[in-house]
Amino acid sequence: MAQRAVLERDPLKEDQGPDGITGKRLHLPVMPDGLYRTILAAAAALFCLLIVALVVTLVVQARPAFVHFGLGFLTGTNWDPVHVKYGALPFVIGTLETTAIAMVLAIPVGLGTALVLVHAVHPKLRAPLSTAIELLAAVPSVVYGLWALLVVAPWVRSIIEPDLARTTGGTGPFSGPQLGIGLLLAGLVLFVMVLPTMVAISRDVIASVPKEEVEGAYALGATRWQVLWRVVLPSARVGLLGAVTLSTGRALGETIAVTMVIGNSTAIAHSLFSPAATLSSVIANQFTEATEPFHLSSLIALGVVLLAVAVLVNATARLLVRSVGRRSASSVALA
Amino acid sequence: MRRSTIPGSRASRRTIRLVGIASVAMALASVSFASPALAAKKSGAPVDPYVAADAKAPAGTLTGAGSTFDQPLFTKAFYVYNQQNSGVKVNYASIGSGGGIAQFQATTVNFGATDVPMSPADISLAKGGQVLQVPVALGGVSISYNLPGVKGGLKLSPAVLTAIFSGTIKNWNDPKIKKLNPKVKLPAKPIVPVHRADGSGTTYIFTNYLSTVSSAWSKGPGTGKSVSWPGGVAGQGNEGVAGLIQQTPYSIGYVELAYALQNKFTYAAIGNPAGKFVLPSKASVASDAAQKPDVTTVNFSIVNQAGANSYPISGYSWALIYQLQKNLTTGTALVKIIDWTSHAPGQSVASSLDYVPLPANIQALARSTLLQVTGPDGKTILLTK
Repeated sequence: MAQRAVLERDPLKEDQGPDGITGKRLHLPVMPDGLYRTILAAAAALFCLLIVALVVTLVVQARPAFVHFGLGFLTGTNWDPVHVKYGALPFVIGTLETTAIAMVLAIPVGLGTALVLVHAVHPKLRAPLSTAIELLAAVPSVVYGLWALLVVAPWVRSIIEPDLARTTGGTGPFSGPQLGIGLLLAGLVLFVMVLPTMVAISRDVIASVPKEEVEGAYALGATRWQVLWRVVLPSARVGLLGAVTLSTGRALGETIAVTMVIGNSTAIAHSLFSPAATLSSVIANQFTEATEPFHLSSLIALGVVLLAVAVLVNATARLLVRSVGRRSASSVALA
Repeated sequence: MRRSTIPGSRASRRTIRLVGIASVAMALASVSFASPALAAKKSGAPVDPYVAADAKAPAGTLTGAGSTFDQPLFTKAFYVYNQQNSGVKVNYASIGSGGGIAQFQATTVNFGATDVPMSPADISLAKGGQVLQVPVALGGVSISYNLPGVKGGLKLSPAVLTAIFSGTIKNWNDPKIKKLNPKVKLPAKPIVPVHRADGSGTTYIFTNYLSTVSSAWSKGPGTGKSVSWPGGVAGQGNEGVAGLIQQTPYSIGYVELAYALQNKFTYAAIGNPAGKFVLPSKASVASDAAQKPDVTTVNFSIVNQAGANSYPISGYSWALIYQLQKNLTTGTALVKIIDWTSHAPGQSVASSLDYVPLPANIQALARSTLLQVTGPDGKTILLTK
């Protein structure tokens, strides 16, 4: 790589002065720094403006619901357009639960896959395997939804749910009728959907762990397990937290596939097998026919709540990253 | 209400609907249909003076938005109309009744379509002046079920149906169901009620029926396009509900009749006020509708009508147009195509798609409503040649 870069720069060499910086080198018309800065600032400002506009629009349109229902909108458990009662709590819980199921599965599987890709697979297989996993990210959400509804749901109903109920005694989160669709299936679909994000980022983070550290550990006689566990993972943990954060963000907001398999019940689920609903699934379901008073503003208010949940999760992750970063820095200092 | 015969297209269509809400101006595929249906020509209906008068309808493109229930009818009927009066094209975005009303209120479309007529409050928000609502389609709601080993013949009384969806009857072998169905082998399994997840005219008609037959339901969940269901699971669209029923043993749910007929579902006979158990069909829904000739946009419910052969769960769908058409060319094309659709030629297309043809008195209501539409010059559009 480095050598090629040098070769590519060679033809310019004639134009370069001894210090490598002369006006002659620039054959293109010179763009004034001021203009350049203005263009960059405009691009950056555009994005900030977009986000501000998004938030302002959401809040303005959701205002009627927030003003009318107050805090009850967040704590209410009843979503009843006929009687103009709107409470978002079941959907907040549904969103967090499906995301939690997905992440509990995606973290070990994604991390394991990334470790295998970087450290345990023949280099010739690495590229095709990586591509295969990245292709999972290119599958449209609707296709995941259909697959889950038509193929996975019957398995979940006839195999996974009865087995779970049998081994756990069928109580608490494993009680109730086994329908196939519901919280558990939604979590499973999300798991598959966030896996590519989780794997791709973890793989890059793990691959960027300094080779010297890994080889050093091997040289000291560490086993592969010890190298992965004691050297690679600790060194990569800040980046890995980033992978988890991004995957969580994807799981929180995923709409269509979840809507197709979660069962869309507006009551709080009492079991993993129960139908439930998420913030985004309710918006997707009810937006088109929201003609009752406060219905539309309540749906937009759900969007605000979803945004708030996503920001909170992101902020928590950032705090975690900062504390983890500090800890690893201090451990280095101690060493 | 909404339906599609291609399950795979549902979610993508849903995306289109969501996008369509934001901007109906998007290019939805213009009306096109694979097989030129000539049902209208074969109908042999007596020559209708108004329809005959529009042999040369003005060319142009109309835009409409709203009910997904009307979409198959509009797609085919507008195609046939286009073939007969070449020049008029309609871009109809089936974004749901609520979206249709919103787009119509904002005057971004020439006409809207809704399964539940606009309320006075809705009408007060319309920016284009006085609103007229024209009945264009009639349909029923079937109660489909999935009982392994049972191929049909289930009978349900209004009380039992309400109890199933209220969650008070929990098992298929409940004595109340057994009493109505002594010959059906009812399993000792929990009933899984299936309902619509999206706001829907089908839900409106079904909950309107439950509220009519049960005071407990009317005081509880009530009537609406989305209600707070006491239990069960929900799917998007008729095809979503149908898919859940087919997939989930021991489930029961409500599906728009044309969809159930075309997909050959198993559905229950429902007890009507005459004490008879009637299966849903075009004839039994027409019989129910015929019992209430004085339908208006305020008093539009036709559920639970008298008559031994009436199927009690049915309702109309409506087109929305402004009384004053500011552009004479567009207005003329619009009035003529809605008139065509709500009368013999359009309704025979409807029948071929398993909609129930509008009864004569409702066709008359459509005509008298359309006769109120005027152009910018104040003249009645339908009477102009």
